[in-house]
Amino acid sequence: MAFESLADKLSQTFKKLRGKGKLNQNDVKEAMREVKLALLEADVNFKVVKQFVNTVTDRCIGEEVMESLTPGQMVVKIVNEEMCKLMGESESKLAISPKPPTVIMMVGLQGAGKTTTSAKLGGLLRKQGKRPLLCACDIYRPAAIKQLHVVGEQLNIPVFSIEGNNNPAQIAQSAVAQALKNGNDVVIVDTAGRLHIDEELMAELERIKEVVTPTEILLVVDAMTGQDAVNVAESFNKELDITGVVLTKLDGDTRGGAALSVRSVTGKPIKFCGMGEKLSDLEVFHPDRMASRILGMGDVLTLIEKAETAIDEKKAAELEKKLRNATFTFEDFLDQMEQMKNMGPISSIVGMIPGVDAKALAGAQIDEKKMARTEAIIKSMTKAERENREKLTPSRKDRIAKGSGTTLSDVNGLIKQFEQMQKMMKQFSGMSKAGKKKMGMKFGF
Amino acid sequence: MGLFDKLKKSLSKTRDSIGGAVDNVIRAFTGIDDDLFDELEEALILADVGVNTSTEVVEKLRSAAKEKKIADKDALRAELREILMETMKKCGDTAISNTSPTVILMIGVNGVGKTTTVGKLANYFTKQNKSVLIAAADTFRAAAVEQLATWAERADVGIIKQQEGSDPAAVVFDAANAARARGTDVLICDTAGRLHNKKNLMDELAKIKKIVERELPNAAKEVLLVLDATTGQNAVIQAQEFAKATDITGIVLTKLDGTAKGGIVIAIANEHNIPVKLVGVGEGIDDLCEFDAETFVDGILG
Repeated sequence: MAFESLADKLSQTFKKLRGKGKLNQNDVKEAMREVKLALLEADVNFKVVKQFVNTVTDRCIGEEVMESLTPGQMVVKIVNEEMCKLMGESESKLAISPKPPTVIMMVGLQGAGKTTTSAKLGGLLRKQGKRPLLCACDIYRPAAIKQLHVVGEQLNIPVFSIEGNNNPAQIAQSAVAQALKNGNDVVIVDTAGRLHIDEELMAELERIKEVVTPTEILLVVDAMTGQDAVNVAESFNKELDITGVVLTKLDGDTRGGAALSVRSVTGKPIKFCGMGEKLSDLEVFHPDRMASRILGMGDVLTLIEKAETAIDEKKAAELEKKLRNATFTFEDFLDQMEQMKNMGPISSIVGMIPGVDAKALAGAQIDEKKMARTEAIIKSMTKAERENREKLTPSRKDRIAKGSGTTLSDVNGLIKQFEQMQKMMKQFSGMSKAGKKKMGMKFGF
Repeated sequence: MGLFDKLKKSLSKTRDSIGGAVDNVIRAFTGIDDDLFDELEEALILADVGVNTSTEVVEKLRSAAKEKKIADKDALRAELREILMETMKKCGDTAISNTSPTVILMIGVNGVGKTTTVGKLANYFTKQNKSVLIAAADTFRAAAVEQLATWAERADVGIIKQQEGSDPAAVVFDAANAARARGTDVLICDTAGRLHNKKNLMDELAKIKKIVERELPNAAKEVLLVLDATTGQNAVIQAQEFAKATDITGIVLTKLDGTAKGGIVIAIANEHNIPVKLVGVGEGIDDLCEFDAETFVDGILG
C-alpha cells in the first residue's frame, strides 16, 4: 500500500522474523528484499540501498545471528546499527569561528527553503545568545530580498541588502564588514536557488565563498527529493566542499530517504531539519533518532525533550500527584492542554510516540479545531464546576454549551470522555506506582 | 530558441540520464534474459518511476516479449516505449482549457514553483491575445504577493491582491468578481504552498475551490497541481491528497531543466490517471511548454 510508512513495512517484515526460533539464509534474504523495497519506496537512492542491503546481509548471514537465541531481534539490531552508521552516529553541532563573525552560507536548488531556513537559523542562534545578521544575496528571484526582510523583521533580526547591486559576492563581503562594525557575531548568507549543473551560477557561489571564507556551507535539501538527491548533493559538495546539510519540509509525510542518500554520497552531517511553517520550527537533527524512527521505534527521545522544555516542572509534579489520587479535574485538564500546545502541533507529537503508526493516524486525523472547542467548553465553566463535575446539572450544561458556542451533546461528550479518562487513571495509578512518567496520560481527544 | 527546442533541450538531459541508462543496459546485454529485465527495472527506479510502476512496466514488457517472441534489443526498446506512452496517454486530454472564461487554480506543496508558473502562464495566455487577471491568494509566505506582482508586471496583466495575512478565500472572491466585471478571459489564482498532510490547509483549499465554483459557475475550471521534477515517491501521495481536496485537472511539471528525471509523472499517470499538461524548463517567462506525451517518452528513451 502506498500509504504505509517505512517503519510499518520494516516492522511487518520483522514480525515475520520474530515469529521464528532460528533464521536460515532464506529468511534473511526474504527480510532483506522487504528492506530493500521499503528503502526504495522511501526514495533512498538505488545504489545506496544496494550497498546497505549487502552490508546488512553480510552481517546477518553469519554465525553470530544463526546461533543467537532470538535471531529476529538480532536482525533488527543489525539493520538499526547499520542505519545509524549510515546516518552518522551522533548529532553534529554548528561550527563557530574563533574569530567573529562566523559566516554561514546557505546553498541549494530552487524552492528547497533557503530563505525560510536562513531566518529560522537566525532565530535559533539568537536564542543561544548570538547576534546574527541576515544577508540577502538572492538577486534573481523577484521579491526574494523583500522576503528575507519581512521574515527578519518578524524575528527582529537585522537584514543586510544592497538595493540595485547585482554582485552577490560584493553584497556578502559588505555584510561581513557591517557585521564587524555593528558587533554581529554571525552572518547568515542567503543565496539564490540554482541548478547544480548551472556552471555560471555555481561559479558565483565559489566567488562568494572566496571572499567571505564561510565557517559553514549548508546545503539545503528538500526532504521529498527523489533519486536525484544524490546528483545534487554530489555536485554541490564537489564544487563548494559543503560542511553540512539542512533537511527541510520534514513535517510532511515523506519518508525522507533523501537523508540517507545525501549523507551517504557526501559523508557530510545533516545538522538541522525544518519541521514546519513557523519561524521557530527548526530542530537540531538527531541521526540516531531519525534512524530509529525509520525503523519503527518511535522518536521517543525528541518527545521527551519537547515535553521537558514545555512542561512546567512544578505543575507536572502536582499533576502527577493528582493523577495518582485520581483527583484530576477539568481545571487540570485545561492546564494540560495549554502545556501541550506549547509543545507544537499535536500531530507532530503523536507521530513521535512509538506504536502509533502513520496508518492509524491517517484514519484519525487529529483535529486541532476540536481541541479548541474542548478548551472553549471548559473555559465556559465556572471555577466550581471545573473542580467538581457533580455540579454540572442540565441547566448548567445548557449554559456552558451556549457560552462556548457548542451544543449540549458536545458538552456531554466531553464530560463522558473525561469520566472515562479518570477511570483509566485510577487503573494506571493502581498499576504503576513506581513509574515516574510525566507523559503517562492518554490524550483524550 | 523556440519552445519546442527548449523542451527538447531540457528533455535531452532527461534522456541522457534515463535514456542513457536504458541504452547502456540494452547495449550491455547481447541477448534478452532475466538480468536484462532486472537492469531495466533498476533504470526506471533510478528515474523516480517508483518500485510499483517500474515492476508493473517491466512485467508488461516481459509478457509482451514472450508473447511477441521479441528476441532483439531494439524491438524490446520499441516495446518499452509503447508501454510508457500508453501509460501517459490513457489519462486523457493534456491540453489546457482554451475557452473563455477559464479559471485556473494553482496548487502544490511549498517551493515547487507555483508563483513562477503563474507568471509564465499569464504570459502564455496574453500571447494568445487573451485578457488575463491573476489573484494573489498566497497571503501566507513573506513577500509572495510582491513576487507575484513582479510577474504580473512582466507579463503585463492585472493583479488582485490584499495585504499579507488576509484571508486567501476573500482574495479569490474579489478576483472572481473583478474577472466577471471586466470580462476577463482567464483568471489565474496563485495559492500558498501547503503540505498535503495538513488538514486545515487542505480544507482552506477546498473552500477556495468552492468559492470559484459559486462565483464563476459558467467558467471552465482548471486545477493544476504543480510538481517539482526532483520530487520522489511522495509526489504520488501529493497527487492523491490534493485530488481529494480539489479535483485536479492536470499537472504542471517544473524544474525539468535540471538532472532530475521527472519519472514520477509516469507513476502518477499509472496510479491516479492525472495527465501532465505543462512543463517548466527554466526561470524565464517563456520557459513553459505544453506537455506532449510522445516527445516526453521519446525524450526519455532517446
